[in-house]
Amino acid sequence: MNKERTKILVVDDEEIVRESLSGWLREDGYRVDVANDGPSALEKVKTDRWSILLVDLKMPGMDGLQVLEEVRRLQPESAVVIMTAYATVNTAVTAIKLGATDYLVKPFDPEEMSLMIQKIVAQQALIRETTLLRKVIKREYKFRDLVSKSPAMQAIFKLARAAAHSQSTVLVLGESGTGKEVLARAIHQESDRGDKPFVAVSCAALPDSLLESELFGHEKGAFTGAVARRKGTFEAADGGTLFLDEIGDISPKLQLDLLRVLEDRRFARVGGTEVVTVDVRIIAATNRDLEKEVREGRFREDLYYRLNVIPIRLVPLRERREDIPLLVEALIERLAVEQDRKIDGVSAEAMAELVSHDWNGNIRELRNVLERAIVVTTSTTLQAADLGLARPGAELDKVGPLSLEEVERRHIANMLKHTDGNVSQTARLLGIDRVTLYNKMRKYDIKRPNHEETHATGDR
Amino acid sequence: MSRRSAAPSPICLWWIGADAPPEGALDDVRGHVERVYGLGTRLWHGPERPLHAFDPVRGQLSSTRILEWLLDVGPHDARKVVGVTDMDLFIPVLTFVFGEAQLGGRAAVVSTARLMPEGGATLNGRLLVARLAKEAVHELGHSFGLVHCDEVHCVMSRSASLIDVDTKNGGLCHDCWTRYLELREGTEVHP
Repeated sequence: MNKERTKILVVDDEEIVRESLSGWLREDGYRVDVANDGPSALEKVKTDRWSILLVDLKMPGMDGLQVLEEVRRLQPESAVVIMTAYATVNTAVTAIKLGATDYLVKPFDPEEMSLMIQKIVAQQALIRETTLLRKVIKREYKFRDLVSKSPAMQAIFKLARAAAHSQSTVLVLGESGTGKEVLARAIHQESDRGDKPFVAVSCAALPDSLLESELFGHEKGAFTGAVARRKGTFEAADGGTLFLDEIGDISPKLQLDLLRVLEDRRFARVGGTEVVTVDVRIIAATNRDLEKEVREGRFREDLYYRLNVIPIRLVPLRERREDIPLLVEALIERLAVEQDRKIDGVSAEAMAELVSHDWNGNIRELRNVLERAIVVTTSTTLQAADLGLARPGAELDKVGPLSLEEVERRHIANMLKHTDGNVSQTARLLGIDRVTLYNKMRKYDIKRPNHEETHATGDR
Repeated sequence: MSRRSAAPSPICLWWIGADAPPEGALDDVRGHVERVYGLGTRLWHGPERPLHAFDPVRGQLSSTRILEWLLDVGPHDARKVVGVTDMDLFIPVLTFVFGEAQLGGRAAVVSTARLMPEGGATLNGRLLVARLAKEAVHELGHSFGLVHCDEVHCVMSRSASLIDVDTKNGGLCHDCWTRYLELREGTEVHP
């Protein structure tokens, strides 16, 4: 035990208590300082880190419980022990509820005091060790924003790192939500193009004509509405990386155009003749079985081979369940900051549900479930009920058979209730856009809670 | 150029208890202290008693007040003065202490009140004397600047209960002995 690392602040308005207690603790080799009232203690807390604060309950001005509350806010990792000459059950309960580590009645039994300090120091050493180990694990299991300890994903990280240091085209394959774009970004960041643009295009999101213009740009007057020359994503990504998502969805015409560009990195904007040359690294992705698409004549074989230089197949989450606790921790850390909530983790029961769930939507689904849970939870530890993961048959048991539409209506109404009527947040949690959500709310006659027209809509 | 004291500076043990001590017990403690620290140690006799240190509410003596008093009234030529009493000692935040010392200072005090074996014992009982000798060596260690040791068998390990006192042996562990020699060198206390 490294006692010199343990810093103790004794806060008491009685000098004799400060001096005798600090002297007793110094004999144990701890670094000890004293403060004679709450405000001066908090000044010391603002300027230095303390392992343990021994705080007298009754002090003039700011009492021990007020000091405790402020310390919990300023330095939540510090242990606060409340000392008092007047023991009452109520104050002890209040102190513990407010986050005190322990409670001592003056005068203390030396053995009790000694054991308590040793226990706190040992716990803090354990926390430090665990934090350090977690950092090591994260470093070991991370590739930029991706985290995994499964051997299959570790092999993928190794391949992706090697790919990053080449200029070769990468084809990322995998189910929806497995993190194809995250991997593409990681490869880009790891490459010597990392400080240049990373431009992502979803090839399935746009109709053919718009996608062509999106990729290659257009000249003024190329088509109705082309009021000015516009650069496409190939030009925008010049020097960097172009990520072509859902490449399996592009039309035969665009497949041919793309093949030409991939061959010599030269093209003309839509409606133009000027040849534009770019230096772009291509990373393509799809959740389709491209080999099958080629066999069945829907995808050009030559384009497939042009893209399939370094294929990387991401593993679905259900095939690497050992990663779920690691991912849950990493996602909660990020989501809690986004939602401005203090979340320590998930309960054992909740983790068991998360690990056993099938995750057909992969990490994206896991992220959405955790985001929802963080929104609805009333605790700092996410509970199984917060996850809203349907257990097979559970709904039927309660209310009997429901139509698909009724399930949808109820789910939308519940989510709106949880987000306090926030449509954008609800749409994000449901994985649909706001327009779709508004259409469904109109269809099912669902009103937003806490808005003017509010009347019970969720629990008819 | 380093300066050395002209003569050895003894440690003084002074009985300041309410009742008279059997002479032999203090002699045993004196011999033990001398062996552990390798410093001349003598018994000091004085009629004064720290009556002002008595707290009538607690029925105990304030060990901190005794330390101040020892510096004031005790032998001025001694480098370390250790008061030994049969009265129970306290510091304000604790129910009792076996003893107290000034960390890196001159004064220390130890009490026999909580060292009595279960069922009682006379002051010259062997177990009591062994415990007293350990606590005297322990508090003197603090006065040399030693802090508590994590090695439970070292005399400098924390004594919060009689079990702690009985677990440790009477001497300094290797680390504390090395540290003691450094501190002794720094404070110019030599055999």
